[in-house]
This record gives sequence, structure tokens and C-alpha cells, in this order.
Amino acid sequence: MVKVLNLFKQYGTRSVVEDVSVSIPKGKITTFIGPNGAGKSTLLSMISRLITKDEGEVKIEGQEINRWKTEDLSKKISILKQSNHIHLRLTIRELVSFGRFPYSKGRLTEEDEVKVEQALDFVALSDMQHKYLDQLSGGQRQRAYIAMVIAQDTEYVLLDEPLNNLDMNHSVQIMKTLSRLVRELGKTVVLVVHDINFASCYSDYIVAMKNGRIVEEGAKEKMIEPAVLNSIYDMDIDIHTINNQKICVYFQ
Amino acid sequence: MLFKRKILLLLIIAAGLVLAFLFTGVSSNWDYILPRRTVKISAIIVTGAAIAFSTVIFQTITTNRILTPSILGLDSMYLLVQTLVVFFFGSGSIAMMDSQVNYLLSVAAMVLFSFLLFKWLLRRGGNIYLLLLVGIILGTFFSSLSSFMQVLIDPNEFLIVQDKMFASFNNVNTDLLGISVVIMIGSLLYYLPYHKYMDVMALGKDHAVNLGVPYERIIQRLLIVVAVLISVATALVGPVTFLGLLVVNLAHEFLNTFRHNYLLAVSILFSVIALAGGQLIVERVFTFSTTISVLINFIGGIYFIYLLLRENKAW
Repeated sequence: MVKVLNLFKQYGTRSVVEDVSVSIPKGKITTFIGPNGAGKSTLLSMISRLITKDEGEVKIEGQEINRWKTEDLSKKISILKQSNHIHLRLTIRELVSFGRFPYSKGRLTEEDEVKVEQALDFVALSDMQHKYLDQLSGGQRQRAYIAMVIAQDTEYVLLDEPLNNLDMNHSVQIMKTLSRLVRELGKTVVLVVHDINFASCYSDYIVAMKNGRIVEEGAKEKMIEPAVLNSIYDMDIDIHTINNQKICVYFQ
Repeated sequence: MLFKRKILLLLIIAAGLVLAFLFTGVSSNWDYILPRRTVKISAIIVTGAAIAFSTVIFQTITTNRILTPSILGLDSMYLLVQTLVVFFFGSGSIAMMDSQVNYLLSVAAMVLFSFLLFKWLLRRGGNIYLLLLVGIILGTFFSSLSSFMQVLIDPNEFLIVQDKMFASFNNVNTDLLGISVVIMIGSLLYYLPYHKYMDVMALGKDHAVNLGVPYERIIQRLLIVVAVLISVATALVGPVTFLGLLVVNLAHEFLNTFRHNYLLAVSILFSVIALAGGQLIVERVFTFSTTISVLINFIGGIYFIYLLLRENKAW
């Protein structure tokens, strides 16, 4: 269980995250939505110890994050940031193998190789595993990074805008992969998404943030409602049910 | 294995140059020449290794391939110490005449400076780029201060300082070589437990933390290793950190890998080849009319411009 209690973060005098408390349900896809600058990425980074929090608590399996050994934490929770510029010439397989570092410290065992293989299969990149990252399309590269966190084999997988800069087809592929992560492997996936319809179609639980605070949270059915969305985005959004999915129309 | 063959090739070239340096061009007086050349070539190997090693680590922790540890301002600190000594006590003072005193003074100043810098950095939350920025500013400040004092001193005294401004393997003191080797082996032992993290560190901070690397602690320790190695190498032969940029990038081009086992080995070998080869040219071709620093800065500078132009194209 990941539990956040009264979390604060300031940059200079500007508050980015203010008094945020949230519990992330296990074995589900939880989506953070909200306008730009709402503090979603900062919150995710604090939960995964990439940046330090000013105040408050992040509890993972009941234990405060600072009391965890970072090494043990890396077997429990993984994060993928939105920009992953790596200035190294790596093949997909080499990148995915890095996901096993918490277990093998760089000397891959047979079990590690199997896990890497499975992760590559999971994102359908086995065929091109020896290609270099700079030869890939945006969608393939994103899948390669996701394979890395899959190989890391953590219970919690945090993704900061994994659909950033991807076309519809690739976005759907990524979301399907994440949803399989939850259904087939029993992981808990937490992600930040900007396209409200992806949040609506794929998530179980939605947390909405605005100005550093959580404005609403709840099961998807409760969240994808005109009144709720209006309070988050300050715009009127029509919601239609198409193929049993609530689809938001906000283009005009 | 392709990497191993490449390393073997470099090893043969390096060994060949070392042997050529030791045994060619001797007519007589073996007893006199050989021990001196041995000291010189040992100094070359030791400093070459230290510079290459510390540059690899430094580039990894900064995830930047066009930086050298000289950005920390250690070279400038070294020159400032030399200038200060001459300025206040004159070139005849013990600190200038006795190479051991000079060595200890320089190492102490550089190590102290970097420790203070790192300590200050830690209090500020440990942003490495802030450290680099402060390093550049202080380095420039030290250089300007040195130039200012150099202008004021007697021209004859200035020549003594100028002599220190360029690296030279011609007057390496045997005792100092021994001390340097001991310090370097000490820092190597200190580094060893962190070696396994190096490949992951190269992915950048976020990935490294995600993969369970105790990032801040390792950065601190590695910076200390870099500072000590650079200080010792600089105090032993003079400022040659530019060499690091050259050899580490050559190693990257040559191997095209991220694996530090190979990168470190190949960088060190390139470094020894460059220094031993350079010294051979200085001694046998230019007959000491130039110094190895000049050669290295000349070649390194051209290579640096090439790197910048190429990076520019990659955009």
C-alpha cells in the first residue's frame, strides 16, 4: 500500500504540492489528472524518492520512505519519468537489463536473463532487442523504457506521462500494456495522463489535482462527470457513452 | 570478444612505446640513463592512469562527455599556490626549492579546497551542476589572481612560476612518485565498492535512484576520489587534465560502449599511449624544445573543437 500523508513541496516561495494526502489502491490502475502545473509529476517524484519532500509522509507498505533502504525500495517501486534522455548508445536489451540492477548489481544471473526476456516479450520488442535506442520510433522507445521497469519487477509502477508525444496507435498500445501489467501480473500502476479519455477508458481510480492540491478523487465512474471535470479544468465537458466507455468531448 | 582484442591491441602499443622510451637512443651510460627513464616512465603511467580514471568517473557523474575535472578549479588552485609562494616568499624559498615541500603544500591546498567546496555543496542540497558552476567561477578567480600577481613579480621569478604552468615529466622526484602511487592506490581501494554502480550512474540521476543507487552518497565519495587523484597527479607533474578529455572521448569512439570495465581500461591505455608517445616526440624529435603540455593541449584542443562541431551537427 502506498499512502501519502500531508505532503508539502515548495520551490523557492512557490508551493507546488500543498497538504496532499492520498492512498493508492493496490492492484489497480490509478491515474492522476489535472491541468499543467497542478503538481502531479512532483507528487509522483516524491512518492518515488526522486526528489525530497519538504513535509509530510510517504508510506510504502506501512514504512516511511526515508526509512527504507534505497536498494530495497528499488525492488518495491519503480518510476519512469516523462523525459528519459539517456546519452548512451544502448540497445533495447541492454536498457532492459538495467532493470535487473536492483537484484544482480550488474552481473546478470540466469533468472535475470529470463526476466529480461519476459519483459521484452511483454512489450513485443523481442524481435528488435538488439537495435539501438536512437534507431527507434518514439513509441518503440517508450515501450523499451516500460520494459525496463517491467524487468525491475516491482509491485508499484509509477509512470509520469507515458503517452507524451505518442500518436493514438502507440498510446493505445502503451495503455493496453499497462492494463495487462495490472490484470496479468497483478502490479499496481500509477500514472499521470493528460488525455482525459485515456484516463476514462483505462483507469480504475482517478485522482484529480489542481494548484498543488487534490480536488477530487474516486472510482472512475464517479470522476468522469461534467460537474467534477468542470471543477478540475474550468471548462464544460460533454460526456457521451460510446461502447460502454464514457468519452469526454471537449474540443469545442 | 571484440573488446578484449581491442584492449590487447592498445596494451601492445602502450607496452611498445614504454619499451621504446626506455631502451632506444642510448649509446652508453646505461646505469645512468635507465633508472632516470624508469622514474620518468613510471610517472607517465601513474599520472596518465590517474587522469584518465578520474575523467571517466567525472564524466559519468556529470553525464557529460565534454567536461573534465579541471572544471572543479583544481588546476587553477595549483597555479595559485605556486604563484602565491613565489610572490610572498620568492623563488628561493624552501617551498619552491624543495620539491617535497612544494608537493605537500600543493596537494594539501587542492584537497582542502575541494573538500570545502563539496562540504558547501552538501549543505546546499547536493546539486552537481551548482558545484560545477562554482568550480568554474572560483577557477577563473584563482587564474585571474595568479595572473595579477605574476605581472607584479620580478621577470626572473616569473620564469620559475611559468615553469610550473606546464606539465613536465623531466624532473620527477622518486620519493614523490612513491607517495603519489600510495595515495592513488588508496583512493582506488576507496573507489572499488562503488565500481558496480558506475554503469547505472551513467543513465543519469533519475534512473540511478530508481534502480536503487544511493546516489548522493556515491556522488560525494566519487568526487573525493576524483579530487584526490587530480590533486596528486597535478602536484606531481603539473596541470594535464585536458588530456582526460582527449583520451576518454577516444575511448568512447573506439569502443562505443557504456561499460565502465572496458571504458576505464581503454581510457587508461590511451592516456599512457598519449603521454609516452608525446614524451618520446618531445625528447627525440623536438629535443626538449617544447613541453608535452603544449603538444597535448594542441592536439586536445583540436579534438575538442571537432567534438563541439560534431555535437552541433547532431542537433
